[in-house]
Amino acid sequence: MDDRPPIVIGAGPAGTRAAATLAAARLVPIVLDEAPASGGQIYRRAPAGFTRPYRALYGFDAAKARRLHTVFDGLAGSIDYRPDTLVWDMRHGALHCLCGGRSREVPYRDIILAPGARDRIIPFPGWTLPGIYTLGGAQIALKYQGCAIGRRVVFMGTGPLLYLVAYQYAKAGGGIAAVLDTTPFAAKRRAVPGLLRGGSTFAKGLWYVAALRARGITVANGIRPVAAEEKDAAVSALLYRDAAGTQRRLACDAVAFGFGLSSETQLADLAEIPFAFDPVQQQFLPEHDITGRTPVRGVYLAGDGSGIAGAVAAELCGERAALALLEDRGHEVGKPRPAELERALRRIAAFRVPLEAAFPFPADIAAGMPDETLLCRCEGVTAGEFRRAARTLEADEINRAKAFSRCGMGRCQGRVCGPAAAVVLAAALNLPTERIGRLRGQPPVKPIPMAVAT
Amino acid sequence: MTEHVAADVAIIGGGTAGCSTALHLRWRGATVILLERGLCGGQASGVNYGGVRQQGRELAELPLARRSRAMWGRLAEIVGSDCEFVASGHVKLARSDADMAELEAYREAARPYGLELELLGRNDLRTRYPFLGDAAVGGSLCADDGQANPRLVAPAFARAARAAGADIREHAPVTMIERDGARFRLRTASGVEVSAATLVNVAGAWGHEIAARFGERVPQDVIAPNMCVTEPVPYFMRPNFGVCGGGFYVRQIPRGNVIFGGGRGVADRERLRAYPVATTTLDASRQTIALVPRLRHTQIIRTWTGIEGILPDAIPVIGPSRTTPGLIHAFGCSGHGFQLGPAIGAVLSELILDGATPTPIAAFDIGRFAA
Repeated sequence: MDDRPPIVIGAGPAGTRAAATLAAARLVPIVLDEAPASGGQIYRRAPAGFTRPYRALYGFDAAKARRLHTVFDGLAGSIDYRPDTLVWDMRHGALHCLCGGRSREVPYRDIILAPGARDRIIPFPGWTLPGIYTLGGAQIALKYQGCAIGRRVVFMGTGPLLYLVAYQYAKAGGGIAAVLDTTPFAAKRRAVPGLLRGGSTFAKGLWYVAALRARGITVANGIRPVAAEEKDAAVSALLYRDAAGTQRRLACDAVAFGFGLSSETQLADLAEIPFAFDPVQQQFLPEHDITGRTPVRGVYLAGDGSGIAGAVAAELCGERAALALLEDRGHEVGKPRPAELERALRRIAAFRVPLEAAFPFPADIAAGMPDETLLCRCEGVTAGEFRRAARTLEADEINRAKAFSRCGMGRCQGRVCGPAAAVVLAAALNLPTERIGRLRGQPPVKPIPMAVAT
Repeated sequence: MTEHVAADVAIIGGGTAGCSTALHLRWRGATVILLERGLCGGQASGVNYGGVRQQGRELAELPLARRSRAMWGRLAEIVGSDCEFVASGHVKLARSDADMAELEAYREAARPYGLELELLGRNDLRTRYPFLGDAAVGGSLCADDGQANPRLVAPAFARAARAAGADIREHAPVTMIERDGARFRLRTASGVEVSAATLVNVAGAWGHEIAARFGERVPQDVIAPNMCVTEPVPYFMRPNFGVCGGGFYVRQIPRGNVIFGGGRGVADRERLRAYPVATTTLDASRQTIALVPRLRHTQIIRTWTGIEGILPDAIPVIGPSRTTPGLIHAFGCSGHGFQLGPAIGAVLSELILDGATPTPIAAFDIGRFAA
């Protein structure tokens, strides 16, 4: 019997539960995580020496955060935990891991990928000005360092994170200029019956909105961003059109924006898992079933990296994927627990559809972004240049459009600009987004220094 | 629904050589259909290092390379874009006295072909390229050589050929080829049936498969050169650098990215896939740093490779079939076809329309592999 330890990539909610499940079967998994401490993005821990209580850091989710951290800390000695480790390549049974300036090869047979998600953004004119952050970035500043990104912050975009982060800022005493939601109020109302099935998730959302309004904070629906204005080399105002189409100007010293989340799928791509377009999430996602199994033997997916479903689902599918791995290794895992996890996951999936309907990705903003908008900040490619490359150079596929225009060719390799670029390209060519394909992943997953020791 | 197309010439393969052939044929009025399995420039023509180099080639390749170089200088005129070609110079570095002697001998041998090379001693090298580390003891500069963006070239030739009236079909893998009297009949998976008087085999790493159907066995293997690109850093390195013995190369583009390569990735010819190899990437990084120490802290943002066909004597097959009238081959460029592509198109068009070319190509005769 092959006793190579299974590997878990990521130590967020999915990775933690996967590791705990494998450890319970006495397999001593190797857990590789880019962060210095477990918890993932949502339950990111404050640096050592910071003493803010769980309630202040995680609000409603304090109990869940504490439980997850406790589970992970309890694994000490029964897992091989390697924090601060970037898995930068994965191929043919070997991982390449960068840690402390050194790259090491780690062979694998069975691996659970739980890399999580990142902010999904749509560029607008001025979005790269100092003072403009993603919603996730604004939240990290607060959660990790106890800092606000500004004294008068505009929160703009869509998705549950919009209200959550705004609420967290308000609660921490941060100044908020307004919360500007791109979703029309009517879309949310239509989604209510479905959202009610989501129980506490929906209740929390309503509570955040009410809490913001109670503090006298403007919450506007159905807005469209126009541009960020600059003064003294930083953002000084956000121009937007309200639901009635009137252009408005909101003075601010910071903007936090985002339009939901994108799954981190580069490792799944390098593992050669086939991808399919997900119409709900509007993203190409690696194929997998509810157990986390993929068409590639030995590679399992869990958490938001396999499709956005949130932290609760991530814990469930982390455990389910680990049970699948154990089943495939011939361990007896019984039937009740897998069935219970799958039922819970199906309930959450049913809630996901109305949630996406309540916070739809505003593809029209991406499709219609003005030509002068900097679409790819790494390579300095504007939306106009990208559209021209697509139309005049006959690029009807995203990788070709990337080659011709350089959009998505820079440091982020399209992780930041890719989702919006796909919509811009599809709209320019009058094709559905799935028809223009997806950016192929190439190692390194994130930049690595040339002077890497081995 | 089968679509029937008749043309003077059918071309299999949308690399630079194929697209250039289509363009040259159209200039002279021949009707052309080009069948490309994927996208034009999707394989070796598009995913190579981007060196536009004459220096260091087999002498037999120099006349063709010289002719191609003249076309590189006129690319904007020929295809409507310079494809980021810059005559930045190419320096072949010596790391030993033996290397230096090799560079001197090559300079003499290349002179009759009109290739001007300037030998640089250690001090010349330090003065001109102060960023070089101690590994290099001398070099040979070909000021006329340079670099271009490989992703742009074959598609630019394809667009120009299409604009000139060529029928360029992408996503059209050929599933059947047969000789039908004096003509060739081809069928594609996309439902096109082609009848043509002349068939051009420019199928790159898969060219030997087509040759084999006509009884010509060519022992073509594949390689996947492993290449890397860094984040942009201030522009400091104008020439394209290689080393004696080959296998390692580095250049910088004016926008700042450094492109380097060395060693091999994995080529999977059957699945049309190639993978860079992490350990090869790290080795190449070490070699690059030894040559250009200031790159130590520069970040690698992407690595890639592609499938290239290689022949035992490392020069291509170019010329008429020895078994089948009307069939012409050009493949097996053995990892250095990027520079040659434009001129191969010119030469093939002459072979087709004039029955001969002024460029010496005898060394590339497919007959050299006949048992």
